[in-house]
Amino acid sequence: MRYYLDFEKKLEPLERRMLEIERFYGVNDPRYAKEIAALSKRISKLEKEIYGDLTNWHRLQVSRHLDRPHTLDYIGNIFTGFTEFHGDRKFKDDPALVAGFASYEDISFAVVGQQKGKNVREMAYRNFGMAHPDGYRKAVRVMDMANRWGKPIITFIDTPGAFPGVGAEERGQAEAIASSILFMFSLSVPVITVVIGEGGSGGALAIGVGNKILMLENATYSVISPEGCAAILWRDGSKGSLAADALKPTSHDLHKLKVIDEVIKEPFGGAHRDWQQTFSNIREPLSRHLKELMGFSQDELKQQRYDKFRNMGIFQDKN
Amino acid sequence: MSLFRKKEKEIKPHKEIDIQKEIKNAGKEESLWIKCSSCQELLYRKEVERNQHVCLKCLYHFPITVENRITLTFDEGTFSELFNNIEPVDFLKFKDTKSYKTRLEETQESLKKKDAMICGRGKINRIEVVAAIFDFSFMGGSLGSVVGEKITRTLEEGASTKTPVILFCSSGGARMQEGIISLMQMSKVSGAIYRLKSLGIPYLTVLTDPTLGGVTASMAMLGDIIIAEPKAMIGFAGPRVIKETIKEELPPGFQRAEYLLDHGMIDMISPRKELKQCLHRILSLIT
Ligand SMILES: [Zn+2]
Repeated sequence: MRYYLDFEKKLEPLERRMLEIERFYGVNDPRYAKEIAALSKRISKLEKEIYGDLTNWHRLQVSRHLDRPHTLDYIGNIFTGFTEFHGDRKFKDDPALVAGFASYEDISFAVVGQQKGKNVREMAYRNFGMAHPDGYRKAVRVMDMANRWGKPIITFIDTPGAFPGVGAEERGQAEAIASSILFMFSLSVPVITVVIGEGGSGGALAIGVGNKILMLENATYSVISPEGCAAILWRDGSKGSLAADALKPTSHDLHKLKVIDEVIKEPFGGAHRDWQQTFSNIREPLSRHLKELMGFSQDELKQQRYDKFRNMGIFQDKN
Repeated sequence: MSLFRKKEKEIKPHKEIDIQKEIKNAGKEESLWIKCSSCQELLYRKEVERNQHVCLKCLYHFPITVENRITLTFDEGTFSELFNNIEPVDFLKFKDTKSYKTRLEETQESLKKKDAMICGRGKINRIEVVAAIFDFSFMGGSLGSVVGEKITRTLEEGASTKTPVILFCSSGGARMQEGIISLMQMSKVSGAIYRLKSLGIPYLTVLTDPTLGGVTASMAMLGDIIIAEPKAMIGFAGPRVIKETIKEELPPGFQRAEYLLDHGMIDMISPRKELKQCLHRILSLIT
């Protein structure tokens, strides 16, 4: 069963009928040719209405869409031989953040990313993609191996944020995030970060110190969730759409601000409407950047990454 | 004479202190009283000020001004300010109930400061250090481009002159009005900390009430040695957010300096009046 956001709801009956016909009679059944044609026409007209000009608030909903591919979907569909490594060797294994090694076009590398769930049970198991300190410590452990073995690192960002809880604070959520950020500056291998869904604040940045940062068109990346921002600045959590406009968290905004290097186009309507198209859109830029970065020396990679973040900041220098 | 008479005229007749009104106003600039945010006791403001802004009942350390911090920490006349010509810009044209531009102008006007960070070079019992000090009174000490750039330059100054760096934290976290660029300051500063550490130069942090959010999850917790003031609130997520998320009461003392010390997150707690000696003792052992 597909999941529909409020503003997508008009599509639901049409697409359900379409699926029904496909499933029971096949798309080529001449008895339904006329209905299929009419349905297709209405669907594509509606799609244009709904997705033609997404507001920041709608994009945010799309970036969190339940049917959107998540980290393990990208890993499983684009890479081969993914082998997951578990645990931080200190306290536990955190299922909200997955880490391991995989390969793509004969290059093997480490891959790290927050993992959300598809259904209620999975979402609870993955803690909605909100990692504890243990998750970030696992990420560092796996990135450290890659670094010592000269393997590139690919990170996927998709999280509402680091988990705000008692145990998380007691075990040093802040320290774990800080150490992961610091550690990424020490890496002398290529690091590519892809923001695939929701980039929630420090919990996202913890694995986001890449040489290149790519971002899916409808993904968002923000210092605070628009709802959280609205609760503080407007003193009204329901003013999220105003905050989403003010925070400018979309891929195009971030590209303009030079925080990310490239926007990866999504299929019309969003990644959740066509997974295969989404995967294929990611393949080319990923392989291009990986190959380009592999041409640099260890020192160059480190320097590049440092310079990239050193230059972030907008202010007036009156000297 | 006329001046004197004019002044005399303005002297208001003696008035009984309206306790209810004072309680309501406690904490505001003009009030005689100040309410301790830790033990809730109503205290006489002057007395608290004489006690280095420390609660007389529970020893809670109130936030102090950057000027006070400098006086308490550095040998007299040794502190010289650095990088004081960097000013904030409303590059997102951010507007909530007020525009960021207006908010900045009003705050700058009333505090006579450009942003929430003062940096400089000074001596602690004759040991030279460079320091970056958050100013909580300026938009909650929030981390924006100016704060990030000034801390980064301070760390670079420490690196190029081989001088230990001390960061005094008091911040509510990110500067939301600078959006993603505010978040990126966490990584920018951390990169500079990485470089300083690689050169074998010590980096110390002093966490004061409150140190929260992105500041904690980057520069604050990266100190080689982390010192906190008594009862300082230190955390990643704020206590209200945690309570709303887990829907449970928080343990007593949660996210206070003493709690963090117990959990191995900081090296020590130093009362304000001993902090200078404490910093000096550490510096003399490690440099
Ligand atoms: Zn008190």
